Amino acid sequence: MTVLPEVSPRRRRTDKIMRGTLAAGTVLALIPLVLVIYYLIKKGIGAWSGDFFTTDPNGNFLGYPGGIKSAILGTIEIVAFATLISVPLGIGVALYLTEYGKQSKFANLVRYFVDVMTGVPSIVFGLFVYIVLVLGHVGGSGFAGWKGGIALALLMLPIVIRSSEVVLLLVPASLREAALALGAPRWRVITRIVLPTSLTGLVTGVLLSIARGAGETAPLLFTAFGAQVATANLGNQMNALPLQIFSDITSPRNEVVTRAWGAALTLVLMILILNVVARAVARRSRMA
Amino acid sequence: MLERSPLRSLPDQVLKWGLSALAAGVLILIGYFFVRLIGQSSSAFSHIGVLDFFFRNNWDVSQLQQGAACTNGGHCTFGAWALLMGTIITSAIALVIGVPVAVATALYLTELCPRRARGPLSGLVDLLAAVPSVVYGLWGVFVLIPHLKGFQQSFANTFSFIPFVGGTVAGPSYFIAGLILAIMILPIVSAIAREVISTVPSEHKEAALALGATRWEMIRIAVLPYSRPGITGGAMLGLGRAIGETIAVVLVIGNSPTLGHSIFQQGYTLAAVIANEFGEAASTPLHSSALFAAGLVLFVLTLLVNIIARRFVIRGVRGKATSGEGLLVEIETEPGAAPA
Repeated sequence: MTVLPEVSPRRRRTDKIMRGTLAAGTVLALIPLVLVIYYLIKKGIGAWSGDFFTTDPNGNFLGYPGGIKSAILGTIEIVAFATLISVPLGIGVALYLTEYGKQSKFANLVRYFVDVMTGVPSIVFGLFVYIVLVLGHVGGSGFAGWKGGIALALLMLPIVIRSSEVVLLLVPASLREAALALGAPRWRVITRIVLPTSLTGLVTGVLLSIARGAGETAPLLFTAFGAQVATANLGNQMNALPLQIFSDITSPRNEVVTRAWGAALTLVLMILILNVVARAVARRSRMA
Repeated sequence: MLERSPLRSLPDQVLKWGLSALAAGVLILIGYFFVRLIGQSSSAFSHIGVLDFFFRNNWDVSQLQQGAACTNGGHCTFGAWALLMGTIITSAIALVIGVPVAVATALYLTELCPRRARGPLSGLVDLLAAVPSVVYGLWGVFVLIPHLKGFQQSFANTFSFIPFVGGTVAGPSYFIAGLILAIMILPIVSAIAREVISTVPSEHKEAALALGATRWEMIRIAVLPYSRPGITGGAMLGLGRAIGETIAVVLVIGNSPTLGHSIFQQGYTLAAVIANEFGEAASTPLHSSALFAAGLVLFVLTLLVNIIARRFVIRGVRGKATSGEGLLVEIETEPGAAPA
């Protein structure tokens, strides 16, 4: 019987060192996450109070600077508007790609440009909406909440399209074929078979795109612009959590900076909840 | 007769053409996008000159306010060289710091980490992508800049012989911006690297181990060569993110339109200048046109980087159609969040 030669000490040492380096890299990657969350909680929780969530920022130079009510409402309204636009359009394009276009040249071209669109910086979407809608005076001159919504919708659209396409492709072809063989027209196959089967997956993709859109500042800067007072009218200038944080950071007043931390904690919590719900939905669909 | 009457097949036709029109709309939108951006920035390019815009280092808004925008020796004060370099410097720092950490994370999570810890740890790394850029900026301004200043200064003093390192350390700097960008691109680079590494055929790895390779040697001779194109592509997608990132950078780079002598000095980037000067530029057409030009450069730059990156990623997973599919989704949606 032959005995394998021992691994030389030098090779064993290199192995150990490199394994240690890789593990250390992982720890290093997680340090910023821990630090960000630590400081968010440490500095943000102190800002939270009843008034913090129920008053608008007041712009006073002295005393309580006001809370973030208008920012929270603005974020919810703008993101809801963006979702209303990007989800039907996104799922529509994804349906075209999976049900009609498939591997045709045109469909692949659309896929390619949707991919490319995901790499476009969010500030460029903001510039585009600024040029077309704000400078173009579409629907009233100047800045408006709905214009911010459009900018976010453009940003969310490619995310919705790609995630929906993948989910729609998971619907077994045999289900479609069975329905078609029974004489169902294509549109009924889509509305009664394809969409219901993939519903949970579509919801996951939509929630993740909302989480992405809610945290964006740059596209809102030139479109919704920011405001102090809460408004339900999407035609007005609107506040949003990222905008509030962005303008509060540069303030020389400690109270205002504290409000930025409180607002940041609120925003991160909202996004985390969306992520957790999205993952829970995805897990449920996998078990079914 | 099995044929449907024309009236009954009408909804089918409507749906088909409606959805096709929608898909075509996406292409038209991007084209329109491009045309409008060119249209708005053409006045800047014609006044400043394309070469002057890119290679002249004289972005100076203060002269503009005195009404001397283009009279200064025939040169307009919107040469964006310092901004372009700022974008390149911060992105380069981000890649140098971010990519090795991301690849180490990906290797550890796919090859070394205990199976049960893999899911939760990957989830945590992906969480880095869920933090909005404005929050990274806030954290950078109030935590990173004050806490790292002393460390940076001693580093600059010790290693001042390295080019672009010595000198006094400003608070906000290229380095801080690059560090924050490194954190921000880490999750996407790591997610793509993880995906690519998991496509390495287990036969290759087993062969290496059977020949007596240690774990690390297996990674070095079987895993890394196979996944190199994909990892390169992932790093380039990270580069695209870093080039376009605005809000976090504008908060920590100092917004000074000069080219710093070291990485610890203040600077500016193309994206940051748009966010920072947009308000004041609204009253002067040439200034806002110059900002649109910066946006156009940003757009073209990220497009090119993304197109090249995609080549790499797709080549990296060639012959593995199913995982290639998942991989692309991983890039589109936030990393690790692909619905399965």
